Amino acid sequence: MSNNSSAVAAPKKVWTAARKKDLFFDTLFIIILTLVSFMCLFPFIHVFSKSISEEAYVIANKVVMLPKGFSLNAYEKIFADKSILRSMWVTIVVTVTFTIIGMFLTVCAAYALSRKELKGRTLMSFLIMCTMYFVAGTIPDYLLMNSLHMLETWWCMILPLCFAPYNLLIMKNNFQGNINDSLVESAVIDGAGHFRILWSIVLPLSKPIMATIALFYAVGRWNAYQDALYYIKQRTDLRPLQLKLYYLIVSATESFQAEGGVIGVLTNPEVLRASCVIFATVPIICIYPFIQKYFVQGTMIGAVKG
Amino acid sequence: MKQQKVVNEAMNTPERRRESRRLYLKKNWQLYALMVLPLIFIFLFKYGAYAGLSIAFKDYKVARGYAGSPWVGFKIFKEMFAHKDFWPSVGNTLFLNVLNLLVTFPMPIILALLLNEVKVKWFKRVSQTLLYLPHFLSWVIIGGLAYQLFSLNNGVINALLTNLGASPIPFIQDDTWWLITYLFISAWQSMGWGTIIYLAAITSVNTELYEAARVDGAGRWKQCVHVTFPCIRSTIVTLLIMNLGKVMQGSFEQIYALMNAKATKYTTVIPVLVYRWGIEGGKFSRATALGLFQSVIGLFLVLVSDFISKKLGEEGLI
Repeated sequence: MSNNSSAVAAPKKVWTAARKKDLFFDTLFIIILTLVSFMCLFPFIHVFSKSISEEAYVIANKVVMLPKGFSLNAYEKIFADKSILRSMWVTIVVTVTFTIIGMFLTVCAAYALSRKELKGRTLMSFLIMCTMYFVAGTIPDYLLMNSLHMLETWWCMILPLCFAPYNLLIMKNNFQGNINDSLVESAVIDGAGHFRILWSIVLPLSKPIMATIALFYAVGRWNAYQDALYYIKQRTDLRPLQLKLYYLIVSATESFQAEGGVIGVLTNPEVLRASCVIFATVPIICIYPFIQKYFVQGTMIGAVKG
Repeated sequence: MKQQKVVNEAMNTPERRRESRRLYLKKNWQLYALMVLPLIFIFLFKYGAYAGLSIAFKDYKVARGYAGSPWVGFKIFKEMFAHKDFWPSVGNTLFLNVLNLLVTFPMPIILALLLNEVKVKWFKRVSQTLLYLPHFLSWVIIGGLAYQLFSLNNGVINALLTNLGASPIPFIQDDTWWLITYLFISAWQSMGWGTIIYLAAITSVNTELYEAARVDGAGRWKQCVHVTFPCIRSTIVTLLIMNLGKVMQGSFEQIYALMNAKATKYTTVIPVLVYRWGIEGGKFSRATALGLFQSVIGLFLVLVSDFISKKLGEEGLI
């Protein structure tokens, strides 16, 4: 690291010119980074404050950083809107199913392709990786879903994308690099089949990469809305959260369907949109600190041979 | 394996061969079983979709189906090239992506170099966590945030500007301002995450190089310019070439979440036009042809950039 210069240059606490200059730059860098980091955080603080402020202040554009007044009206309205909760449920079901199926397929293929005994594995890898660089495109995908009668169903959000060649590549490389060959060979000599080896030897040794890939699948699925936008047009009860949000806050073609007593309370659409954004972001923000590590690792593995 | 080969050559009788094949299968059939489902998925959902590309050369109507639609050669492509929206969409795709690359590419490098200079561990960790955050949000959320921040009447930025006595700026309503906002958001979303690869490259720099530089009297700036930067240059070049290979692609989700009805000059990019023609308009053949056009040029650019990258002695993409 280049950061030891001050320790070497100034063993005694003397304010030499070099040391002053060093301190100046340290401060400067920290100020710049603080500003940039703040820029990443500010939108959330602002929107969160907006969402819990009283309407009058929001309408008058008085809310910048701190909330003015306090009101949870907008959140009450969100929780009264059955379609938003339904969308949340759809997203959860789809994300969980998607991740389980995706992980199963990825683990199976990654293990098999990482074994030299598998004849034709170069061809199989090639056939799978090809699909990463040449995509058929939106319409052929759409027509395929149509001919499989999967449009307007749960499956169109789960099956087509749940096996990702890129994740397979990362996992295969990890199996090849981290699993000791002699370990597997000795298991073969002991008479264990490959199912057994995969289940009892390889998987227990690969927990970090499993977590990483599972998170890649889950967060990717949670955030995507493109395929739902294409495939779910009539069945509004199958809209995942991101698509619902798209209609509510980005294109603003839909309004809230509050039910019951809260209809009388007029809530400004600005406040509602703000609280919707927060409602959809909170799950990610809550788990983000715990999953960040895995994402960074996964990205670095991917970058080595990506 | 090698031993087995020697034995096989020594006693290369048909029975022997059959016997060894039986043994091999008995030991390894499970490997093939593991590949069955993944391959079915790939063939069904990826190669199955390739079959649909044929309708770019057919006059496809849903009622007639794939087989019933007549082949028309390159008629659909000729129509597409002549369509008034075609060339603007290609131009917009290239324009937005090239500008995007120019603006967003240097940011992670600068940030990574800055982060590397920070000695306070906890500060570094906290700022990294904040910088990575936008990467985890969906484009819909980012679109919603952008609206809350930049809109003309209710956006906080314009509220602050008005308070300062300036006139509000149509960040998302005016075409040029939309472009600036788009690039800003793009940089905001990707800059933190992009530092990961550079920071990894910086960590792998040999510390002896820094020591040698210090002995020669190099200060921090000189160390950065003459040691750190040359050491991550190959990473920079590789990533730049790879990104250049992607200028024909484009994120539908990003642009679709950030576009609006007011500023439309730059937003009709190829994926948006495919969506409009195909799924909204039902012109499946023409939309497929446009998608195919993009895929083929995209593949070509990726192969070229991979080739260049390997020629330069860097790790290729494929």
